[in-house]
This record gives sequence, structure tokens and C-alpha cells, in this order.
Amino acid sequence: MLDAIITLMSECLEKDASEIKGSDQFREYEEWDSLAYLSVIAQIDDDFGLVVPIEDFRSCRTIQDLAAYVEKHKEN
Amino acid sequence: MPYVKFSRVGITAIAGAVPSQVIDNRHYTHFMSEKDVETVISMTGIAKRRFADKDTCSSDLAIAAAEQLFASTGLDRNEIDVMLFVSQTPDYRTPPSSMMIADKLGLKRDLGSFDINLGCSGYMYGLQVAFLYASQAGIRKVLLLNGETKSKAYSTKDKATSLLFGDGATATLIEKTESENPTVMSMNSNGAGYHYILMPAGGYRNPSSPESLKEKQYPDGSIRTDEHGSMDGEAVFNFTITDVPRDIKATVNEAGLSWDEVDYFVPHQANRFITNHIAKKFKIPAEKVLYSMDKYGNTSSVSIPLTMAECLPAGKLERKLQLVLTGFGVGLSWGTAVTSLQGFTNCGIREI
Repeated sequence: MLDAIITLMSECLEKDASEIKGSDQFREYEEWDSLAYLSVIAQIDDDFGLVVPIEDFRSCRTIQDLAAYVEKHKEN
Repeated sequence: MPYVKFSRVGITAIAGAVPSQVIDNRHYTHFMSEKDVETVISMTGIAKRRFADKDTCSSDLAIAAAEQLFASTGLDRNEIDVMLFVSQTPDYRTPPSSMMIADKLGLKRDLGSFDINLGCSGYMYGLQVAFLYASQAGIRKVLLLNGETKSKAYSTKDKATSLLFGDGATATLIEKTESENPTVMSMNSNGAGYHYILMPAGGYRNPSSPESLKEKQYPDGSIRTDEHGSMDGEAVFNFTITDVPRDIKATVNEAGLSWDEVDYFVPHQANRFITNHIAKKFKIPAEKVLYSMDKYGNTSSVSIPLTMAECLPAGKLERKLQLVLTGFGVGLSWGTAVTSLQGFTNCGIREI
């Protein structure tokens, strides 16, 4: 799942996947803004059938946090 | 979920009015870099907008739209028994604008008229109230006006909002119809999200003061006063891809329709990425989704009827069109309408 979220982040932020690590706090990326957020949650919805509630998304600080959340809540 | 259902009532004409001043977002780079502006345009689909000059209020635009509708349909204005004005940019905090508008339009004095304070969901609620009145035996025609000058409500130095909003107005005529026109409308609200789109000062909670007019800088670099509108982009986006699609799906189901039977889906013109995402979710073909945000931006409650005036064929409609309309925004509030157009006149959009 971590690899899948890194790929997803890389596509949504137009950022090289090699520059994205599980421990990164993604809100600190220069590319991060509300439109990046929109494309990330829409892509998670498309790929995993999961719309992450805003409070839950805000509790995810790192790429790894988000990957763990999606793994736990995605459609089976 | 409560639904309001109607039959033998419908929308029979729409006219729009926009200011002549065109704002090209690609030239709107005084605060954001060309690259950042391009990113916002490619995501939102908002390339151009219209801005009213300092002397033009939303009521002036609404009057122009109504006059366009009268001229185009030949309607006897004495047949209007109720006139509603949906706006968050009225002339004054008091009185409401609707009575002044009715007077300037030369409508009769035994008229029901009032303002409705709603933003991007305002067409859905306005339509619902208009249909409720028009269903009454004693009411002949209802004129629903939507008018906004949101360009005056947001900071030009706010990264989240400065490229989005445009000005305009529409007039929609609602009356009894010979055709059955089964209509279903939903309504939803969530005040827990009141602060997601908020103008913090200038009302009675935090009255206007020298402090509220001071520019403040925010962590993303945006600069605005407490009397400018502010938007929590993430929270609003989340709402639009969760609650809004759920409501659309449920309302279309309630109407007993499949998307194959829908001619056009007309969403509030907030953001093309969101609309595409919703259309993809319901497998709505691209040609059935109407857009005008590229020309007019987000005009709040005006955007749905303005898009209909922009995209539907001009003049008298020859055939029946089945529509799904959806509006969502400040409040939070949102709603969907499933209705059809028959014997409808598109009076077009005039520039003033």
C-alpha cells in the first residue's frame, strides 16, 4: 500500500516518486495546496472506493499514515 | 431524506445578464505566479470571469436579466404574483433588495417578494420556494431572480479564492404547465461546516471596525481582511466529493430515473475537476454535462441558470429536456432537482 500511495501522490502532485518517502510530512511539500488535496482524495476514491472524511485526513501527517489509513478502510 | 415533489409546475423561461468587463485569469497574475495561475485554471476550468464596476450591484444585474426575460417572452408583468431574489451581495444590509427591484421592474404592489440569503446552493432553494408558490391555485407566475457580485466580496490577494468568482444575474420564470413534469427536489444542510466558507466580520457577531478592515497575512501567503470571504478549500472539496454525489444519486433514484433518461446534468459551476469526478462516478457522458465556468467562473447561485442560458439552444425549445440540477456551498447547504423543460424559452444572456 505504501508504494501505491507514493505513486498516487507522485501523480497528483506531479512530483518525482523518488523524492517521496513514507516518513515525509506531505503538507510540507512545496506542491501541497488545497487543489493537490482535492486530486489526492479524488484519486483515493477512484482507486480504492474510499472517500476519506476530512477529520481523518487531517489526522494523517505522513505518507505512511495515509497508506495505513487507506489499507485499513479501503473497499474489499 | 426529505424530498419535495411537484407536478404540472415547471421552468418556462430563463434569461441572464453579465457585466461587460471580462477578467482573463491568465492575465490575473498580480499576486500569483503565471505557473500557479495556470495550475488553478487547469484544475478548476475557470479561465475568464465578468466583474461588475463599482456602481453596479447584483440588483442592477438582476433587473437587466428580468427585463431581458420580459422582452424576449412578451410576458405581461402584471401576471407575476411572487418575486424572489436570491443573493448574498444585496444593496444594503437592510432593507432587502427584492422590494426595490420589484418597484424598478414596475411589478404590481399586491406582490409577494422577499430575499433569500444563500450562496451556491441558492438556485436549488430558490427554485423549490418558487415551485411551492407556483403550485398554489391563486398564484399565476413566479419570478425567481438570482444575482451576485462576489468579485466584491473576496480579496484579490487570496490564493484560495481570488481566481474563482464572477458576477452575473439570472431571471427564471416558474408557472403551471400543461405537461405532467414530475419534479423531485432534495434539501440538505450542515451548519457544523458554517466556518468553511465565511466572512468573519461586518455582521452583528463581529461588527465592522478599523480592526476588521486591516489586511492580515495567512500561512499560505494569502492576504485578506476579516470582511473578505474566506474558504477552507480542503473542507469544501471534501464536502463536494462526499455529501454532494450521495445526494445526487439518492434524488435521481427517488425520481425513478436512470442516467440514460437524463438529457443534461447541470451542476453548480464551482470547479471542473469536481464536476468531472462526479460525472465519472455516475458514468454520465461528457456531452451531457453543461459548463460555463470557463467563461463566467463561479457566479454562486447564478451559475446553474446562467449555464442553462449559455448552453441550451436559444429561443423556444422544440422538445422536452430532462434535467438534473445540483447546487452546493455556503452553510453548508446543498440540494438536487430532477425536473424537465417543456415549452421553455431560452432568452439568452445580455451584457450590460
